[in-house]
Amino acid sequence: MAHTMLEVRELSTKYVTRFREDVYAVDRVSLKVEEGRSLGIAGESGCGKSTLALSLMGYYFPPLHYMNGEIVINGKNISGMKPDDVRKSILGKEIAYIPQAAMNALNPTRKIINFIEDVILEHEMYVTKKDIYDRAKKLFETLGLPAEVLQKYPVELSGGMKQRTVIAVSVLLLPKVLIADEPSSALDVTSQKMVIKMLKQLMEAGFISSMIFITHELPLLYNVVDDIMVMYAGQIVEKAPSHSAVFDPLHPYSKGLMGSIIVPEKGLRDVKLTAIPGVPPNLKNPPMGCRFAERCKFVRPECRVSSVSLREASDGRVYRCIIPEAELREAYAREEHKNDK
Amino acid sequence: MKHTIQQVFRSGKFVLGFSIFSAILLIVIFYPMFVKDSPLAILGQGTFFPPGIYVNVYDSMSSTAYTLNLPDAAAKRVANKLSEEDRLSIKEWLVAAGIPESEIDTTDTAKLLGQWSANFDPKKSIPGMTNARRNYFIRLNTSLKGLLSTEGATISQTNPETNELEQVDTVNQKDYVNVGEVANTRILLLGTDNFGRDILTELVAATRVSLQIGFVAGLIATLIGLTLGLLAGYIGGLIDDIIMFVTNLFTVIPTFVLLILISFSIGQEQRGAFTIAVVIGLTSWVWTARAVRSQVISLRNRDHVNLSKLSGHSIVHIILNDILPYIASYVIMALILQISSGILAEAGLSILGLGPRTTEVPTLGLMMNWAMIYQAHILGNWWAYLPVLVTIALITFSMNLMNTGLDQVFNPALRD
Amino acid sequence: MTSEKKIYLSAKGITKTFGFGRQKTVAVDNVDLDLYEGEVVSIVGESGSGKTTLSKVLLGLINQTSGDVYFQGVKRDISTQAKKQEYWKNIQAIFQDPFSSYNIFNKIDSVLLDCINMRGGRYLPREKKIEMMTEACSFVNLKFEELTNKYPFELSGGQMQRLMIARIFLLKPKILLADEPTSMIDACSRATILDELMHLRKETGMTVIFITHDIGLAYYVSDSVYIMEKGRFVESGSADGVILTPHHPYTRRLINDVPKIYEEWDLSTV
Ligand SMILES: Nc1ncnc2c1ncn2[C@@H]1O[C@H](COP(=O)(O)OP(=O)(O)O)[C@@H](O)[C@H]1O
Ligand SMILES: Nc1ncnc2c1ncn2[C@@H]1O[C@H](COP(=O)(O)OP(=O)(O)O)[C@@H](O)[C@H]1O
Ligand SMILES: [Mg+2]
Ligand SMILES: [Mg+2]
Repeated sequence: MAHTMLEVRELSTKYVTRFREDVYAVDRVSLKVEEGRSLGIAGESGCGKSTLALSLMGYYFPPLHYMNGEIVINGKNISGMKPDDVRKSILGKEIAYIPQAAMNALNPTRKIINFIEDVILEHEMYVTKKDIYDRAKKLFETLGLPAEVLQKYPVELSGGMKQRTVIAVSVLLLPKVLIADEPSSALDVTSQKMVIKMLKQLMEAGFISSMIFITHELPLLYNVVDDIMVMYAGQIVEKAPSHSAVFDPLHPYSKGLMGSIIVPEKGLRDVKLTAIPGVPPNLKNPPMGCRFAERCKFVRPECRVSSVSLREASDGRVYRCIIPEAELREAYAREEHKNDK
Repeated sequence: MKHTIQQVFRSGKFVLGFSIFSAILLIVIFYPMFVKDSPLAILGQGTFFPPGIYVNVYDSMSSTAYTLNLPDAAAKRVANKLSEEDRLSIKEWLVAAGIPESEIDTTDTAKLLGQWSANFDPKKSIPGMTNARRNYFIRLNTSLKGLLSTEGATISQTNPETNELEQVDTVNQKDYVNVGEVANTRILLLGTDNFGRDILTELVAATRVSLQIGFVAGLIATLIGLTLGLLAGYIGGLIDDIIMFVTNLFTVIPTFVLLILISFSIGQEQRGAFTIAVVIGLTSWVWTARAVRSQVISLRNRDHVNLSKLSGHSIVHIILNDILPYIASYVIMALILQISSGILAEAGLSILGLGPRTTEVPTLGLMMNWAMIYQAHILGNWWAYLPVLVTIALITFSMNLMNTGLDQVFNPALRD
Repeated sequence: MTSEKKIYLSAKGITKTFGFGRQKTVAVDNVDLDLYEGEVVSIVGESGSGKTTLSKVLLGLINQTSGDVYFQGVKRDISTQAKKQEYWKNIQAIFQDPFSSYNIFNKIDSVLLDCINMRGGRYLPREKKIEMMTEACSFVNLKFEELTNKYPFELSGGQMQRLMIARIFLLKPKILLADEPTSMIDACSRATILDELMHLRKETGMTVIFITHDIGLAYYVSDSVYIMEKGRFVESGSADGVILTPHHPYTRRLINDVPKIYEEWDLSTV
């Protein structure tokens, strides 16, 4: 039995807007990441992926608020810890987070090395600048980044280089778990590939033990992570190993997502993309029953009555739908048949 | 739109600035309804009457007298009359008469007078005292006796038939009149100025004129700056070059120097308040033009402008609909700043004696100018300049507060 | 086949440079392009390769430094405002960032009304205009009743791009230039937008220039493909030809670097 690096039980968090409205962005999410494994989070924009990532660290500041649930990182239960303590003893050391568009948030007036000094001096007191430089240089060389980058300003770096620098800095303190929120979305394919390669290298070389990777690009997720968790309107709707999640999705929403994959491979031009109509519900007052009911092709009257809980399928994955597995598969087969004709 | 206004009023700074400014505006609007004097009417014969309630002496004589037995009345009367010099003289005598200096307190009038009446002897000679000095002490003693006497004063009138003085009334020391019953009183809250004009009335009128000058100057500057900035930024090319050349010229010459030169060359007789406002406006549009131009340049390549072009809209339509609304909040902030700097510019000019001609209307700057020429600051007549300074400070402070408040709302980077 | 088709738009030796002296950048470098009637052409390249600049030149939004654009065989003349407006009746665009494509002070109705006016419908009765707007919205699966009196920024990014397609539906241009219309949109809405775009093309037979950095998208939508690197076209041809049997190393790299699901994605090549 592998060591569990991160375990989250029934975590709920919300935003409180400036107009005192509650936005329930993460609703009773449970997940578990074991040592040496990576988890992908997929879903449309606005379904709460970034919020979940933020909530996972136990570091809450307005407008985000903790509601309930437990977070255990590498054996330490951090739910209920003060934000300041979390920042000092957990962030960067146990769990590191690369926010969406982090590379554009670098202070343009400071060199990369100053930025690294800040990170290290925050956690260690008795280090000289020389030590820090040597350490950073060694890390950068191991990760295949040129050491000259350290003496440059963020504007002098290309987007891909900036993003890889941010990632390198985030693993300086050797965190156990790395959360990367859309690290490659704004990049060209080549830079994207370099970023992905670097993340995989971090796992292989043991800089990090586990990784959570967030993106809406399914082909990317398929190539990077072991398990995929699909989120919809703040909830988990399906969690499965990558291969079954992409080639054999069970939840109607996952099915829809997988139907929108576009890759430059033979046969793509004949595939009909299946788009999901409509928009996700407003999380200020989420619908009573199944949150996906409004957009679901297979919706039944019961769906709208009461909330749906996660259930286990025959192959061990979990999904959130009242329709039994067999019936769902049957319905998908019928659809496909119709499309073929 | 409604939402934006709500947001604006959520900003504490804006609300504070807005309240101060509205209070000033309300005073300027409502004060003249209650006080109908002309602001430049000369009330006082003499300069710099201090702030206070002025009670007509003649009318108070004929008012009903009420007797009040107030024990400290005499001491207060003497204390009010006894000058610092007299007190020091008394002390000098007492010391000479052998009273230890530690027992003499020149500020305690009652005790001082007690010691004086116990020790003063007109025959006693003090070594080194001149005759003149002795006579002075005797006079002082007499007048102190007079002050301390409990007798009243007699009011007499010449009888027109007999041509003789006849006693018509006596005024007892314990007589009081009720100010409310005196037919003529006048409150001069801020006293009078060097010409004897009521400063409060003058200040309200001056604030109004200065605000008007500020608005006119600010509007002119903003209009010119906005138009030139829009043209230079959107059309670019040769027009941009020409406009930027002119703008740079104005930037190189310090605006205030230009203002002084123009104002001087117009001549005192031609300078009305409106002329001054126009001159200020004409010299201060430069930075609005520059700022608007750079904003427009960053806007004109935006996709919504491109889309508007593709939709077949004319340049005028694009400037009015796709550019102007985006910089409107910015222009409003610039206008506020221009107004407050217009008010300051007028004050600066007037202090130098280059403001509007002095015979028509007061302005805040002119009031400062008068106070300075008549040396109010040296004579310690604070009421002639301090209220003006405070008003100028309040106006510019409130406008700058509103500006930062707006900035917080319109500029997301500063939002909390 | 293609020789029988009419060339709609062609560009000859287009060059566009920005700045002077040491700061000079050549954004588009001597580019030739022929666009046949009814075709979907993709221009693929990394960011900074000059795609947007070329599209702005083709649209007539910026002037080229040298080279000529021919529209329906005649050299394009957009020297006056009136001529420009006439040209823009034939060529329209969808831009990359939906959030900056709309004037945030205009309501959705006015965006659509502009299109009707431009097609000469200014004096149509109000009911007719509403009918046209409703039809355009329902073409992209939006409900006009829900959009009327709303502002574009109240919609999601995907819905805004679909509104753009509704706009094109009303304008019915001969040529549509779509500059990375889905790059700011998440994968799920992307499929919807592409489907609606292709549906519109099928209905109207318009010619489409599709600009993207994602060669997968280009393969999905287009008949022929131009690969652009540093302002130049390095390879062009039919979509199947270019993407299934690429010749130029740059094309090969672009294809290699896109994540795959059916084939192995080779990470060792970067
Ligand atoms: N600062 C915030 N205040 C209020 N609501 C927010 C805030 N940030 C995000 N949300 C809402 O929370 C939900 C989830 O957002 P997010 O986690 O960013 O989604 P994703 O990363 O999947 O795109 C969305 O409905 C969004 O509108
Ligand atoms: N207005 C401009 N001024 C200066 N340089 C520009 C301007 N627009 C684009 N460029 C430069 O031209 C090159 C091509 O840009 P662009 O056409 O936007 O590429 P793409 O759309 O392929 O990402 C880039 O190097 C960019 O820096
Ligand atoms: Mg996100
Ligand atoms: Mg571009």
